[in-house]
Amino acid sequence: MDLLNHLALGFSVALAGVNLLYAFIGVVLGTLIGVLPGIGPVATIAMLLPTTYALQPVSALIMLAGIYYGAQYGGSTTAILINMPGESSSVVTCLDGHKLALKGQAGAALTIAALGSFFAGTVATILVASVAIPLSELALKFGPAEYFSLMVLGLIGAVVLAHGSLLKAIAMIILGLLLGIVGTDVNSGVPRFAFGIPELTDGIGVVTVAMGLFGFAEIIGNLEVTQAREMVSAKIKGFWLTKEQFRKAWPAVLRGTGLGSILGVLPGGGAMLSSFASYTLEKKIAKDPSEFGNGAIQGVAGPESANNAGAQTSFIPLLTLGIPENAVMALMVGAMTIHNIQPGPQVMTSNPSLFWGLIASMWVGNLMLVVLNLPLIGMWIKLLQVPYRMLYPAILLFCSIGVYSINNTNMDIYLTVLFGLIGVVFVKLECEPAPLLLGFVLGPMMEENLRRALLLSRGDPFVFFTRPLSLAMLVMAALLVLVIVLPNVRRTRQEAFQEEA
Amino acid sequence: MAVVRSPKDFVAGLMFIVVGIAAIVIASNYTLGTAARMGPGYFPRILGILMITLGAILALRSFKLKGEPLPGWRWKPVLVVLGSVVIFGAIVNWAGLVLSTVLLIVMSSAASHEFRPKEAVISGILLAILAVGVFVIGLKLQIGIWPGGH
Repeated sequence: MDLLNHLALGFSVALAGVNLLYAFIGVVLGTLIGVLPGIGPVATIAMLLPTTYALQPVSALIMLAGIYYGAQYGGSTTAILINMPGESSSVVTCLDGHKLALKGQAGAALTIAALGSFFAGTVATILVASVAIPLSELALKFGPAEYFSLMVLGLIGAVVLAHGSLLKAIAMIILGLLLGIVGTDVNSGVPRFAFGIPELTDGIGVVTVAMGLFGFAEIIGNLEVTQAREMVSAKIKGFWLTKEQFRKAWPAVLRGTGLGSILGVLPGGGAMLSSFASYTLEKKIAKDPSEFGNGAIQGVAGPESANNAGAQTSFIPLLTLGIPENAVMALMVGAMTIHNIQPGPQVMTSNPSLFWGLIASMWVGNLMLVVLNLPLIGMWIKLLQVPYRMLYPAILLFCSIGVYSINNTNMDIYLTVLFGLIGVVFVKLECEPAPLLLGFVLGPMMEENLRRALLLSRGDPFVFFTRPLSLAMLVMAALLVLVIVLPNVRRTRQEAFQEEA
Repeated sequence: MAVVRSPKDFVAGLMFIVVGIAAIVIASNYTLGTAARMGPGYFPRILGILMITLGAILALRSFKLKGEPLPGWRWKPVLVVLGSVVIFGAIVNWAGLVLSTVLLIVMSSAASHEFRPKEAVISGILLAILAVGVFVIGLKLQIGIWPGGH
């Protein structure tokens, strides 16, 4: 019955007037950026993070979380109606969703996307709430050696599941760890890599890095593509599914929810991986695979449920272990740190109203989305007609003001520009910025735990191998790398991501 | 003669090597300490060594593995977008939010191949009003509205 008590506490927080308002603002903004192609959740959260400084920590986190899962809803609308992914996690929704729209069944596709997402969101909320306590208890038994190994496993896991070159991704993590060192060393008080710039002695802000690498670099990337966007929009006739469609869709929703919930918890997982995996699964087990690509309702129902489930369960490692597993969660760490909350297993006991309030707000936010989204579709379509040439200067403006307002210093703006430039170089060299952001956030924690572990063992590095939990995690990390390096698996991994191309 | 077959990997590898060397050189000014009592220079040096190793593997591998050529640069979006933000940062303190917003919007709009000056000016003025409303009046940020900090 503990769970019910906790959820009751959570709902009392989430349903409080102010938090309800911020959940609402979060999901509406999330849907908005989800609908608009060319701006992703990482950039948006980085852009809006500074505006939440003045809020209560719980309101701030509720709003930021709303943006993330709201974006998963919004992305499907664009995918179905104009055959363009509003969000990278809805790339696969284009394949069948838009075909359905061309057949005049846009309404059915939108409905199943919304209902599937809501169902997935409900299941994922319950899952987050029920695994939170046991996982936190486990994490409280961790010493510095276990924590260090957990971070190694988390970082390796994050890049193994991501696509692209493994070697480059690991190098990007190390680069992130190095950037995380910039600032004053807590143990000795020595400013490191500060180059005599006073602003750098406090370290680089996570918003600065994320906004530059994701926001600015994305905008520049979009501007480099000169061809005009194609807008093939379809009319919506009715929102109802046929009996036949319903019969096909609901098992896909169940499978998508299950798959998304599991993949969301894994390092590197989250919304995007979940939707791709679900689409592949649906296509594999379908009686008639030729339907796929021609408007199969399962091709919408599965991935859309999966990406929402994945978006939500990706909060589990953050909330229980304090380890972010994707770039969005790395920003959530930034948001928590700004409000003086050290993410980790102690949050649940030291700040129960924040912890359970955030979890309960996810369900409330999902309910808002399903109620709001279908009636508001007309408005989102209107928004899609705002041309990019007018959109991106506004995004730049909000980024610049946001980054300036953190410390009221111009230096932060210049640093963001520098990271924007670095981000463009990364794109050219096919270096994914997400692992860098994870390393950046985990850097200080990793160094601290390494120091403590070796202090306790009097400098003996074997401490990481003699403690069983730590050893188990390092072995898992090593196995993950091996699995990828083996050529056989590499081939299937490439196939799994083929849908994306 | 050895030929680089994967230029992207090669350049990325060189980049990581340079960063790794720089990290080690700079960190050599910080106390190293021992494994049991790490000084501020210990962790950066470990990372520097890892960085150089990974960079070297990447660069060497680029002679064997085939990859795509380096893509070309379109300098205009990079320079115009980032340049307009730098100028915004430089002037916002004394020029105030309104003028710097209009300037940022108009300048950065020029990066698009569909640039329409009149539209950009109007959008700049509207966004300046919005920015003052949201950030100065709504969120009470400490940014002056007009030149001189008023």
